[in-house]
Amino acid sequence: MTYDILILGRGPAGLSAAVAARGRGKSVLVMGGPWQGSPLAKAERIDNYLGLPGVTGQELLEQFDRHARQAGAEFAQGRVVSLMSWDGSVMATVGSQVYQGRGLILAPGVVRQNKYPGEETLLGRGVSYCATCDGMLYRGKAAAVVGRSADAPEEANYLRSIGCTVTYIGDKRPEKLDGEIPFVREKQLKIKGESAVTAVETDGQTIPCAGVFILRSAVAPTDLMPGLRVEKGVVQVDRNMATNLAGVFAAGDCTGGPLQIAKAVGEGLTAALTACQYIDGKAKQ
Amino acid sequence: MLHFTKDGFDKALSQGKLMMVDFWASWCGPCRMLGPVIEQLDNRYPDVVVGKVNVDDEKELAMRYGVMSIPTVIFFKDGKEIDRKVGVMPPEAFVQVLEANK
Repeated sequence: MTYDILILGRGPAGLSAAVAARGRGKSVLVMGGPWQGSPLAKAERIDNYLGLPGVTGQELLEQFDRHARQAGAEFAQGRVVSLMSWDGSVMATVGSQVYQGRGLILAPGVVRQNKYPGEETLLGRGVSYCATCDGMLYRGKAAAVVGRSADAPEEANYLRSIGCTVTYIGDKRPEKLDGEIPFVREKQLKIKGESAVTAVETDGQTIPCAGVFILRSAVAPTDLMPGLRVEKGVVQVDRNMATNLAGVFAAGDCTGGPLQIAKAVGEGLTAALTACQYIDGKAKQ
Repeated sequence: MLHFTKDGFDKALSQGKLMMVDFWASWCGPCRMLGPVIEQLDNRYPDVVVGKVNVDDEKELAMRYGVMSIPTVIFFKDGKEIDRKVGVMPPEAFVQVLEANK
């Protein structure tokens, strides 16, 4: 089915955009990981959100989420793997599901991490950002999962279930991780290999593997959508939150600082209204 | 749109024409997204041999070309690989390669 607006990101910017678009009677799909994975969920006290001094990040996120749900937004939980703008519509893949929309709002937040040594050169040669997409190619082989997102343990379990020999690398062993999967601490991680991945080095250990799945909670915008104008990791937008790609808008932390909730909420609204205008304009043509 | 088996692929390769081959699988969402783009390019460039290889059915071909992430689109000319694009790309990325080598 084709939605009016696809929204990537389930944080304040994405949810604000969802509510605003629903207010204009548009069908909305919010795609993204569980809100518990948002850095905001860890904020114990927020004093600068207008009207709600002392609120916790979790409380705010729950309210935002509930508002969007009540407004009639639909949700697709999971990792958005790729986006494409083509032939007048936009398409997004969440896991192995493909969704289509007339407009797209990017609100993935910021990637607070630099790439690991070897990651960029070996992308597509053993380095992958999506276990459901590429996992089958590593059946019967060794795969390392670098877990930096809330859903990483589940993806690691999935890889094991299809026959990969999995090693999980992270800050601490997650509860949801299958007991049979060994855990190794992430420290000074490097990906090794010349034309293809041969191993991962971390915490003084070398783990031989054919594939490395790096699972962050936000995928860098240029990795998601080649062609999108990004400068130093910041998605470039005009004051209407339009990017350089037709039908694609952006809001929140991904468009730059200040990295604050109120800014994200405002930009989400603006992006949605611009997107609605764009869709209405095209419908008249 | 040709669906290559190993033999069909090797035969087409030996003819040396410009080829664009989409390595895909049924369980790969992004591959399905790219499908219509490849088909459109197939129609737009009748002199280019455009085909798909299902990596589950043709494991040997996938291994031969080191396909480790899908979708992967590999371009061939004179029987040799000249370029490849890994992951979903806007159509322009493929058009660029086709225009430069046709």
